Amino acid sequence: MGMTITEKILAAHSGKKTVEPGEIIESTIDLALANDITAPLSLKEFEKVEATKVFDPERVVFVLDHFTPNKDIQSAENCKKIREFALEYGIKYCYEGGECGIEHALLPEEGLVVPGDVVIGADSHTCTYGALGAFSTGVGSTDFTYGMVTGKTWFKVPESIKFICYGKWQKWITGKDLILHIIGMIGVDGALYAAMEYEGEAIHSLSIDSRFTIANMAIEAGAKNGIFPVDKRTLAYVKTRGKRPYKVYKSDRNARYREVIEIDAASIGLKVACPSLPSNVKDVKEIKDVDIDQVVIGSCTNGHLEDLKIVAEVLKGKKIARHIRCIIIPATPKIYREAMRRGYFKIFLDGGCIISPPTCGPCLGGHMGVLAKGERAVATTNRNFIGRMGHPESEVYLAGPAVAAASAIKGRISHPDEVT
Amino acid sequence: MILKGRVWKFGDNIDTDIIIPARYLSYTDPEALKVHCMEPLDPQFHTKAMKGDIIVGGYNFGCGSSREHAPIAILALGIPLVIAKSFARIFYRNAFNKGLALLEADILNKVYEGEEIEVDLTTGVIKCKEGEVKAKPIPAFMEKLINDGGLINYLKKKLRGA
Repeated sequence: MGMTITEKILAAHSGKKTVEPGEIIESTIDLALANDITAPLSLKEFEKVEATKVFDPERVVFVLDHFTPNKDIQSAENCKKIREFALEYGIKYCYEGGECGIEHALLPEEGLVVPGDVVIGADSHTCTYGALGAFSTGVGSTDFTYGMVTGKTWFKVPESIKFICYGKWQKWITGKDLILHIIGMIGVDGALYAAMEYEGEAIHSLSIDSRFTIANMAIEAGAKNGIFPVDKRTLAYVKTRGKRPYKVYKSDRNARYREVIEIDAASIGLKVACPSLPSNVKDVKEIKDVDIDQVVIGSCTNGHLEDLKIVAEVLKGKKIARHIRCIIIPATPKIYREAMRRGYFKIFLDGGCIISPPTCGPCLGGHMGVLAKGERAVATTNRNFIGRMGHPESEVYLAGPAVAAASAIKGRISHPDEVT
Repeated sequence: MILKGRVWKFGDNIDTDIIIPARYLSYTDPEALKVHCMEPLDPQFHTKAMKGDIIVGGYNFGCGSSREHAPIAILALGIPLVIAKSFARIFYRNAFNKGLALLEADILNKVYEGEEIEVDLTTGVIKCKEGEVKAKPIPAFMEKLINDGGLINYLKKKLRGA
């Protein structure tokens, strides 16, 4: 019996020839990540175990991206503690200030994650790096501490579900529409504990940015990881960025899958996940007369250059509706700079949008765009749970960049064809 | 170990933004976190929940973020156990790491809010008014981890031995 790409990576990192779904393994890790809301708990545990060093100061990464620029005294204190820890233990990569970006956009861009890696992160969207053919998954602060000290962690080898996508994508469609379609189909626990693996010609035609979006939201289906085959686009991406050697793994033809689901790319329209679950997915055309107060374009899901390009295309020469706050958050300093160089900022500012520094801020109701009671937002983020962006009686509709930009212009949930 | 406690019922997909909203995540002190536990569904939950109470949920309890603040907030209220039809995987690991017991059993429609139930954590047998239900056994690996005093104690011992 053959192995999947996930099984092969886990076998290689646990010193085994083969692994099977359900098996508990101890795996080495190539990188461990934490941020300004998960690292503080982890540093408390680090003190408890009386460790004197981290396993490798070049492979433990802190990204202070959630409540930064610091939203209050407590978050400033947390960042200070992490900064001091990073200095004391010689942590090479501790991103903050002008170097800081949203962690899951920043790490691949900085070349800290490469194909074939095993990565754990104290953040549930760590699964994003599967876009590059790595095994990566979210853990809590305690598991992060164990990984940071030992360079190892335990895993239950997941079963895999394969999604084969064929055909051609319609206009405006990005990775967000595919992943929302899938979560709508299988549910928020449809891939519980499993690996979501992608294959097919339509997958290879997707940009790396779209693949990040799809892998990012694997957790919204309950999955342990999302993973893509490594192809020419992946290698081109890694070639100019990768800081370490990489290894390409490929699923065997006779690998085992819990389920194989085929998807015709042409059948997928622009999608919106309505409150208050990411699985409550509808076609944007089915949604009528939903007025909104705010639009957020950004996050680890959709703050990439591809997203900003689409927003600029929809918004060019137009203004957003007068009562709408449209907050655009380029995910990293490099994306920020490039969007500015390409002239997107002029389009955004002329249109009446706010351009925020890279931060997770509003996605989790932290700061930089929190919702009042009864307010409604369209967001390119990943979760629309009750109270996710603010007041428990506010609502979040999840969409891709084209729908978000069109909705900002119309002041209600809209298809981009209504405004272009 | 036998636990006896009053039941608090919650539904399916109780996410971590409900268990502890993200705006409070700058706190690491359990006492500061517990007063916001389940706030979006019931802002007074922290005044009603008593030491020894038990949370009963449906499918996919603890879905969403990796925040360990979630099991910490529940534990800080004195709630030692959550019983649900299924758990999200990061929450499952975090709960065991923090010492919050979890049992997988479908009892949401078998118990009443406020009913006292008796749970044998070793055998997984849950006694409620409608009768007995047996929870899925805790995976052997997790049981060993618990018997070793949890991941952090295990690591501490390992570092001392080295």
